[in-house]
Amino acid sequence: MTMGKPLPHDAAPLHVTGQARYIDDIPLPGTALHLAFGLSTIAHGEIASMDLSAVRAAPGVVTVLSAEDFAEMPDCSPSVHDEPLLSTGMVHYLGQPIFLVAADSHLAARRAARLAKVTYRERPALLTVDDALAANSRFEQGPVIWTKGDPAAAIAKAPHSIEGTFEVGGQEHFYLEGQVAACLPQEGGDVTILSSTQHPTEIQHKVAHALHLPMSSVRVEVRRMGGGFGGKESQGNALAIACAVVATRTGRPCKMRYDRDDDMMITGKRHDLRIVYRAGFDDAGRVTGIEFTHLFRCGWAQDLSLPVADRAMLHADNCYHLPDIRIESHRLKTHTQSATAFRGFGGPQGMVGVERVMDHIAHTLGKDPLAVRRANFYRAAEVAGPVQTTPYHMAVEDFIGHDLVAELERSSDFQKRRAEIAAWNATSPILKRGIALTPVKFGISFTLTHLNQAGALVHVYQDGSIQLNHGGTEMGQGLFQKVAQVVAGVFGVDAGAVKITATDTGKVPNTSATAASSGSDLNGMAAKAAAETIRARLATFLAEKHQTQPDSVRFADGLVHVAGEAYDFARVAGWAYQARVSLSSTGFYATPKIVWDRMRGTGRPFLYFAYGAAVTEVVIDTLTGENRILRADLLHDTGTSLNPALDIGQVEGAYVQGAGWLTTEELVWDAKGRLTTHAPSTYKIPACSDRPRIFNVALWGRANREETVGKSKAVGEPPFMLGISALMALSDAVSACGDGTIYPALDAPATAERVLAAVKRVRGHA
Amino acid sequence: MGRVARFTPHRAATHIASNGEKAAGWTMTGIAFLLNGTPVRVEGEGPTRTLLDFLRETRGLCGTKEGCNEGDCGACTVMVTDDKGSRALNACILFLPQLHGKAVRTVEGLSGPKGEMHPVQEAMVTHHGSQCGFCTPGFVVSMAVAQMNGRRDHDDVLAGNLCRCTGYAPIIRAAEAAAAAPVPDWMQADRKALASFAADAGQDDTAFRPSNSDDLADWYLAHPDATLIAGATDVGLWVTKQLRDLALVAFLNGVSDLQQIERQGGMLHVGAGVTIAALRTAVQDRLPSFAELLRRYASEQVRNAATIGGNIANGSPIGDGPPALIALGATLHLRRGDDLRSIPLESFFLDYRKQDRRPGEFVAGISFPEQAPGLRCYKISKRFDQDISAVCGCFNVTVDAGRITAARIAFGGMAGIPKRAAHVEQALIGQPWSEATIAVALPAFAQDFTPLTDMRASAAYRLETAANLLRRYVHDLNGSPVSVLEVAP
Repeated sequence: MTMGKPLPHDAAPLHVTGQARYIDDIPLPGTALHLAFGLSTIAHGEIASMDLSAVRAAPGVVTVLSAEDFAEMPDCSPSVHDEPLLSTGMVHYLGQPIFLVAADSHLAARRAARLAKVTYRERPALLTVDDALAANSRFEQGPVIWTKGDPAAAIAKAPHSIEGTFEVGGQEHFYLEGQVAACLPQEGGDVTILSSTQHPTEIQHKVAHALHLPMSSVRVEVRRMGGGFGGKESQGNALAIACAVVATRTGRPCKMRYDRDDDMMITGKRHDLRIVYRAGFDDAGRVTGIEFTHLFRCGWAQDLSLPVADRAMLHADNCYHLPDIRIESHRLKTHTQSATAFRGFGGPQGMVGVERVMDHIAHTLGKDPLAVRRANFYRAAEVAGPVQTTPYHMAVEDFIGHDLVAELERSSDFQKRRAEIAAWNATSPILKRGIALTPVKFGISFTLTHLNQAGALVHVYQDGSIQLNHGGTEMGQGLFQKVAQVVAGVFGVDAGAVKITATDTGKVPNTSATAASSGSDLNGMAAKAAAETIRARLATFLAEKHQTQPDSVRFADGLVHVAGEAYDFARVAGWAYQARVSLSSTGFYATPKIVWDRMRGTGRPFLYFAYGAAVTEVVIDTLTGENRILRADLLHDTGTSLNPALDIGQVEGAYVQGAGWLTTEELVWDAKGRLTTHAPSTYKIPACSDRPRIFNVALWGRANREETVGKSKAVGEPPFMLGISALMALSDAVSACGDGTIYPALDAPATAERVLAAVKRVRGHA
Repeated sequence: MGRVARFTPHRAATHIASNGEKAAGWTMTGIAFLLNGTPVRVEGEGPTRTLLDFLRETRGLCGTKEGCNEGDCGACTVMVTDDKGSRALNACILFLPQLHGKAVRTVEGLSGPKGEMHPVQEAMVTHHGSQCGFCTPGFVVSMAVAQMNGRRDHDDVLAGNLCRCTGYAPIIRAAEAAAAAPVPDWMQADRKALASFAADAGQDDTAFRPSNSDDLADWYLAHPDATLIAGATDVGLWVTKQLRDLALVAFLNGVSDLQQIERQGGMLHVGAGVTIAALRTAVQDRLPSFAELLRRYASEQVRNAATIGGNIANGSPIGDGPPALIALGATLHLRRGDDLRSIPLESFFLDYRKQDRRPGEFVAGISFPEQAPGLRCYKISKRFDQDISAVCGCFNVTVDAGRITAARIAFGGMAGIPKRAAHVEQALIGQPWSEATIAVALPAFAQDFTPLTDMRASAAYRLETAANLLRRYVHDLNGSPVSVLEVAP
């Protein structure tokens, strides 16, 4: 069986030899132009004057465009038409594109873009959550509020209660390949776009809109991205549109890539937020009532902020049954980069809030945090009892947290290590260790229900070779290989026999973004359907020839078995071609069962949940706050894995990225709204030595109860939240510095500075 | 300060005139190097054309990637070989003239003549070390260089290669798996080819490339506004990020007499052109804490390029070399024409980005004691590896019969310059070595320093941590574990 094999990434041999091509590696004709944006230098105000004469006169410059060159400014927004390609007079954040340079080289364009003389009439900028709240600056009329039960009453009569405020930082995607797009003008005004995008159809849609073309005149292709993580769901629109506009105007191919600093200054990041919470609980730590307020700093444009903030609300429960709950979600508009999709899409922000509450409750009761977490778990799927529902009234039918956590607790030697750490801390005055186990329950499906569809196109050629295309995009996650394994499995051939091709809106239309971890669930099923259609035709053809039933024809080991004979797949393909059997098919899939009323916050937004749990052990220095992850043990639910090697890669990488979000990765804006951490010299993603010294990763490989492809589960986002255990372990270590009376209340990211502040707090020195 | 022979002009009387482009003592030879085994002569490129742009745009070798264009991500890592061996460097901040007479090998040049994969390439496939693949060529080159050089300290070797997908574990597994494999024959080819290659260099006029410090001294005296480029790990960013035009440049990597390290009478005399990597090796045994600080100095690729002279001369308040060297009582040697003067290092730093350096004068070298049992260097940064210090505190206290007889304490990140904690030192000297003395000295930090708040840390954190590092120092000298890096899981 090809499905389930731990095959390497299909492009691994190309990656390691430098042959894998990314957009910027594709040769363009010598006439190609290179584009760069000129960026605003204030956060909020009007452009009073813009003198671009020096830009136009700079060496190599071919054309310069600003608002006055457009009768109608193209829009880049994936949601509500609020992102002009270039400022039309108002500046909404520091780093906003205000003009566009096209030159004969990338360097010439960048140099020229620095030569503008711009003056502004500045207005006060709203930079923080508090600024925005005070000005009532928000998307939507007011906060979104979901209530289940009567949390206020439950808290009032609970034996214990806590309240707190928790600041959670954002996160730069830091895809190693920056944003890049190219446009090749075609005859009759059509365009072909090459874009490093997770969402080719969105690029097609936005370019068509900008050029006033039907979508059929725009073809978008992407073979691979050098990382995406959500940062290439909508943030590539501006580059593709800019290239299309200039290519159409000049008739020359255009390419645009952001220099890293520009990339970080221009594009959106993970939303930061403030979480305010209040909870009532019993002596066991069981939550009786809970209230969350999410204060999301969304930036200047709406982008995907509403569904991101929704998904945070949808994950405010994580693994815990919270019968009486109120969640109030504010989507605040500020004069900063427009925060966007990032792996987890709000889920991590929602989940870290309830994990913080569990930690706080355990501290208050002086209990083992794991015991408190368990006391609040949803009932196990196999245990009888009344249906438990999420805060959004979805029945939790598949909860496996009890068994999964028990297995991890055992395999990580959690309780013994916890005791050892306590003993070690008692003898170590300066360095303190901490350990924590946190679980994950992540909902799988796009919450915008219509996005849960996918198409695929499979060709079998007369020589038996197979070509696969689908709407998913490859950003390193191994989607193409997984889907190829599915198709190979249908035809009974090796995965290597399936040629993987670039995502192309001309082959498969109307695709959804490769996002929400949905890539293999959706595209795997669509490709399977396409392949099965062709296989059925082959089986029918062969069965007729051999006077037998089509369902007796078997495809395995590169052979087709029929009526006691075994033929090479290639021979069968050749015969079928000669017999005028169609060897090409589309396939389509739409996720069943899901229904969702976003405004009321009720329904079944997810087909199923993916689960996982992590144990992290850390050490901190109480003199400097320096901290380090020593060991991590992960156990993650992938259903019946389509490819365990690729899935383990996703789990490991996601954990490190999630831990980075909550530890070293700090975004800092100055008082004028300038992002001061706009390069890897100042923004610190985990480096090699930041991975845990001991790093045990295992898959919980039990079949998905839902009818997904191969009974697998989505894996892209859920393990990101395993990183939350790192923050909780740091909280545990800080806790060990005090006498237990003061809760650490450690904000994120837990930099050395924040850890030191928390150490002082628990010691009563803050 | 006495004159140090090492840094004194080789000629005493004869002064060779240097008045412009055709001065004696150096020749404008064209830039020629081996690229994946093939001789390349660069024509029509400016002196600050980066190797990365040349590879990608001129040669169509697109395996080498641009991730950050500032030497911080390693996606552009290439292997450079010369008579000193092979090392990994960042192509994005490497100018073509720096490569003259050397051999460059990119990811495309790592496979064998018949297309067979290098052992690290094989291991990366087998161990699932690539996901999106964009950082992979840089990793593969770093790993191949390390494999050839017998390096097993993978975390250090790869600290300058960022990966956002894998979480690094599979990459390390690949590096470990490939470590024991034989070094492929073709990886030795560059060293052999260089022997016959270097002489074959043509002519062109890109930049001044002196081969000794006398020629440098003469030329710089005549061109005091020129930019001196050693490793280009800082100047590289002036070009790639600030987009500055450097009117006149000199490349110092051929000045071999400034690349020497000499031990003499308990002192180390280190030429300005010595790389951080070489300095780290030189101080490994007798100044282990300094060596550990240098282990965390940027990354392997940067340490292989950056020089101690550059680290001092650029005057950065957050460079990691100066605080340690000041704590060691280092003497700086400056040369202008034939004049050599030697000053205490701390007096070189006058104010933010302002140094005691006259026009036409350059840093020739530095001398410091080869051992100092009391020296401890502490670097506080957001990330342990490849980060810039928020605070770098270096302590060198001498205790004699329970009493502090001498104290040199210097900090980076606490002022506009690398600076001694003079009041703290005074509070310590003559006092008994005790917790009580430390407690009395702690408030003096506020007299010595008024740090800034920036993206790396707040002023309050800096001041508090600086004082706490003195407390750490006491525990450290007493033999207690003080660093989270020492804790095993």
